[in-house]
Formats: sequence, C-alpha cells, structure tokens
Amino acid sequence: MAELTYREAVAAGIAQEMRRDPSLVMLGEDVAAAGGVFKTTVGLLDEFGPDRVRDTPISEQAILGAAMGASMTGVPVIAEIMFSDFLAVCWDMIANEIAKSRYMTDGQVSFPLVIRTANGGAARFGAQHSQSVENWAMMIPGLKVVAPSTPADTVALMAAAVRDPDPVIFFEHKSLFATKGEVPEVEVVGRLGEASIVREGSDATVAALALMVPRALEAADRLQQEEGISVEVIDVRSLVPLDTKTLLASVEKTSRLFTVEENPRLCGWGAELISIVGEEAFWNLDGPLVRITTPHIPLPAAASLEDLAIPSVDRIYETVKSSLR
Amino acid sequence: MYDYSSRPSRLPLPVDERMASADIDLGQRKSIYRSLQELRQFEKRAHDLFLQNLVKGTTHLSLGMEAVAAGFGAAMRPDDYTFATYRGHAHALARGMEMGPAMAELLGRSNGVLGGKGGSMHLTDVSRGMMGSYAIIGAHLCIANGAAWSAQMRGSGQVTVCFFGDGTTNIGAFHEALNMAKVWQLPVVFVCENNLYMEYTPIDLITAVPHPAADRAASYGLESVIVDGNDPDAVYLAAGKAIGRAREGGGPALIEATTYRTGGHSRADPAKYRPLEEVEAWAQRDPIPMYHARLLGLGVAEGELSSIERDVAADVDAATEFAKAGEEPTGEALLTEVYADGSSRWRN
Ligand SMILES: Cc1ncc(C[n+]2csc(CCOP(=O)(O)OP(=O)(O)O)c2C)c(N)n1
Ligand SMILES: [Mg+2]
Repeated sequence: MAELTYREAVAAGIAQEMRRDPSLVMLGEDVAAAGGVFKTTVGLLDEFGPDRVRDTPISEQAILGAAMGASMTGVPVIAEIMFSDFLAVCWDMIANEIAKSRYMTDGQVSFPLVIRTANGGAARFGAQHSQSVENWAMMIPGLKVVAPSTPADTVALMAAAVRDPDPVIFFEHKSLFATKGEVPEVEVVGRLGEASIVREGSDATVAALALMVPRALEAADRLQQEEGISVEVIDVRSLVPLDTKTLLASVEKTSRLFTVEENPRLCGWGAELISIVGEEAFWNLDGPLVRITTPHIPLPAAASLEDLAIPSVDRIYETVKSSLR
Repeated sequence: MYDYSSRPSRLPLPVDERMASADIDLGQRKSIYRSLQELRQFEKRAHDLFLQNLVKGTTHLSLGMEAVAAGFGAAMRPDDYTFATYRGHAHALARGMEMGPAMAELLGRSNGVLGGKGGSMHLTDVSRGMMGSYAIIGAHLCIANGAAWSAQMRGSGQVTVCFFGDGTTNIGAFHEALNMAKVWQLPVVFVCENNLYMEYTPIDLITAVPHPAADRAASYGLESVIVDGNDPDAVYLAAGKAIGRAREGGGPALIEATTYRTGGHSRADPAKYRPLEEVEAWAQRDPIPMYHARLLGLGVAEGELSSIERDVAADVDAATEFAKAGEEPTGEALLTEVYADGSSRWRN
C-alpha cells in the first residue's frame, strides 16, 4: 500500500494504463508540460513523451473530435476537459457524435475513449467553474459515467474506464484532489457498474457520489453516535452502468432511501435512483424517498453562500434525523 | 417580399479546356466516368423513391456536384479515410459502398448498410474507409483530425479526406479543426464543396470573405486552393497533389471546390431562392455531359460510354429491387448497439 492523494491517483491510474498499453495516448489543455491545471497529470510527459502526452490549443471541440476520430481508428485515448462546466462547449461532440455513432452505424464503430474532467464545487470558483454536471452525462444513451470518491477508486476506475470499449465520462472532483488514501502498489483494475457499500447500517440507506460520500459518512457517524440511527452509505461510483442490485438490496434491508446529490435539483441522478426504488421496491419502504440536493441555482462564489448551497454534513444529518423521527 | 432570386447571379467560370490534355490515364478517366454515372443515377433514383414516399424523412442530394466525390474517390487509396456530411451519398458510393445496401438504408430496411438505424444522413461503411456521414455542421472536421492523428501515430500512411459545405466555414469547429491540423501537421485534406448556398441563403451574404474556405486558408498557414469542382479531372489532380503531400508528411491541405447543386437543399425543395439565369448557366456546366464530350474527344467510343451508362442503370435497378425486397427492421434491432457489448443495458 502507498498513500496517495486523489490528484496523484489520477496520474497513477493513467500511468498504469499507459505502461500496459503502448498505444494509449492522452491530450488536453496544459496536460503535458504543466502537468495539468490541477496537477493531475504530473510526470506523464516525462515518462511517456510528447507523442503520447499532448498539449492542445483551447479547442474543446477539436480535443474531443481528435479523441473520437483516433479511438474509432484503433488508438485508445484519454482526453481532458479542464473543468466540467466547459463540457457545454463541446457537448455536440459528446451527446451527438461520440454517444450516437455506434448506434446509428449499427455497431460499425467503437470508441475506446475516456473523457476526464474536473467536476463539482466547494472550491469557491463561482458559477462557471463549479457545477456538478454528472447528470448531464448520465442522460445521454451511449455513454458510461463514473465519479470516484477515493484515491484507490480513482486508480481502479481509471483502469476500468480505459479498458472499456465504450466512451466513459470520468468525473474527478476538484475538492477531493487534496484528500489522501491508501492505494495498493500492485496493478489496480476496478469494474464499471459496481456501487460500493462504504458503511453498513440498518435504519436508512444514503446513496452518495464523489464529494458527497465523505460528507454522508460523517453524517452517518454522527447519526449513530448522537441519535442511535444506523445508516448504510452507498458510494454509487458508477452512474452508467448503474448498480441497481446493490441499491435495491440495501433498501430492502433498511426500508428508507436518501440520495445526496451535488448536482442542481432538477433531473439530478438521485431522481433516477428514487424512481427505480419507488417502482421496484415500493413495498419495502417505511417512509418517503428523500433527495438532498443543491437547490436549483447556479453556484455562488462566496464561501458562506456556496456552503449553504451544496449538501453539507449538517444538512444530511438533519434531513435523515427529522425524516426518521 | 424580399427574395434572393432577384440578386445578381453568380455564374460559373468556363471549362478549362487544357484539362483535356492533363496527364491522366485514360483507364482512370473511364472509371471516373463510371463513378459519375453511379452517383448521378443512384441519386436520381433516390429522389424518385423519395417522391414516391418510399424514402421517408429527408435526403440531401449531390446532383450536379458529383465531380468532387468522383475525382477524390479516384485519387484515394483503398485504406484512406473519408468523412462526409448528411449530403454524403456520393462520397459513400465513390468509396465503393454497395448500392443495394445504400439504397435499402434510404428506405429504412433491415438490409440497409446501417440496418435502418442511420438513414440517408449517416451512411457509413468502415470496411471501405467511409468513416461516416455527420449531420451536425462542423463536428466531423474535428473527428477527421482524430483519424488523421491516429494514422500519423500508427505510421500507416493513410490520409483522411473530409468534405463539407461552404456554410460550414462559419462555425467554430471549422476553425478549431484547421488550426489543430496545421499545428500537428496531420495527414488530412479538407474539401469545401462550395455550392454557393447554405441551405436557402447565398453564402456571400453571410460570410466575411468572398471565398469561404480559400480566403481563410492563410489564417492556418495553408495554401489557398480553389478548384473547378465541376471538372472531374481538375478535382482529381488537386486531390492527388494534396493527398500525396499529406501522405509524405507534408501536413494538411484545404481545397475549395466550386460547384452547384442542380436541385434543392433537401427533400423536395424547389430552390426558388436562386436566380433563374444562375441555375441555367450552371446547368450548362453539368460535369457529366462535359466529361462525356471530353472522353469522346480523347478517342473513347460512344458505344463504350453508353455501355457504362447501361451497366450502371442496371446496377441501380438491381439496388432498387434489393432495397424494396428488404424487410422493415423489427423491434429486435431497436435496443441493440448502444454499447460495445451489442446491448443498450445501462443497469444490472
Ligand atoms: C450546427 C448545425 N446548425 C445548423 C444545421 C442545419 N443545417 C443543415 S444543412 C445546413 C446548411 C449547410 O450548408 P453548407 O455547409 O454550405 O452545405 P451544403 O448543404 O450546401 O452541402 C444547415 C444550416 C445543422 N445541421 N447543424
Ligand atoms: Mg453549401
């Protein structure tokens, strides 16, 4: 085991895969010489050279077009879009080109490619550099979508995403970059479509993603200590494919479900989970299905306001407590 | 009511008769003639079938513009890559896509080249280097770069040719793609088919420069190239030069091919927004009768050309029968090929 930060785990995961597959390349703005604006690609240029680790112009459509065209002609690619808010600039590439082309050619083309992007708030960057947009990606047929919450999962899911023959949108949380965790020193390969039960419990299930996972865990600890409420926390990890088995089994045990979502309220991923549980596990439920989300607002910059917007430990704690009372 | 058809006409330049003596093998010219006939006759049939409501939705025909596809098709290596737009039938056929599955795709049949899932605007045949027809303006220039980048990394010597319209030069993706292609010296040839109209709007009314592609070339360190897109020989020569240079590591090229569509933008568009005099002048510059006359002048017998025409007519008839005989796709196909395991499964 080695202790890595989440940001180091991003580079470690990429490096592991680039060593394994000499055809794998990566590109993005400032990813090579500078090592990425979040320092998530430090050392890759030195190890793999400028042909495999490329700095690009500020051309998000050209970046993803290059990734798409290369991956459909035999070269797997990792592309970086610096901030996930910028996905809007190249959304045509993702939603219309990469996601639809396999279907509309009846399977003639495949896209072994990963689009990495720094997602989410709590970094006081304001509305255009903070949004959680995993729900944008989740709603597009043809894409796979993951968002790790720990360094170990970051390496494991990076490997899984690179090895997957479908396009994967890989959301790195910018407020987790400095967090640390143990990562095995052997090759690590995870699986897409597997949620993880990160805390077992019996009174309620809390499903969370990325930065919301450590917050849900802290709230669960307090609920146990202060209220005697036993909370099971699921790190959803993979939105597509979605591990509904783990979710439904947990709800069968606890009879209550809460989702903790950083994305703004409307059409957030939790709505999909809740509709599945409402439809398929209704008779197991003891109370309402509850979503804890960012309100339907752009994110504010001021720390005090942003902290009010994004689900906090206190808000998770209070919501679960009052709902179970 | 204001009407663009009362604007001054933009007339074609006369045929450059020197092209007749260009150094092009006669056998190559005959196969270009066959290709022209294939594209023309296939699309005329497609239009008939559209008017009979057998082709649903929409079609965007290249009638009148075939010399661009035929000239490039002849200059490309079998493993080179083509990227085209929704106006892509000609480019698909020019790379060797079989007419039967192509026609069946237009009819939405399960024996279509895309099983009926793609339709007229998305013809693709990866086995022939036809890497797709894309219907969101501009995107495929960026994607073409990726295929060229891949060929460069693999050292395969493949060249990517990307076709698009005059209107496409005004979207950001065009500019992003050209800049990246030049910076990375990619083996890609961008071909603007300037048919003078973006849908129903004359291109000069909405573009800052007179030559929408060629006048932008300098911005990306590229040579400004304008070619007569209605002369298959001129296109073939320009294509060979640009493709050859790209193959040798000389980097990208941008070619503006001046042409004109005989018919409307799509479906049954009567194209009344064009001055009559302009339409008639370009009809006189139809590439096919011109090329027919040129080949006769080069000593090819009339009988040989008419036998090509008859062969192609028989092929188009057979393709039509093949398409009409195809089944409509069933529900089994609906949920397949969203993901690489062949399924559309998003949950366990
Ligand atoms: C991004 C985008 N905007 C608008 C359209 C609608 N549209 C389809 S074809 C077309 C005209 C394109 O003109 P041009 O590039 O000259 O190609 P042509 O049709 O003449 O071959 C437009 C505006 C589109 N498909 N994509
Ligand atoms: Mg046009």
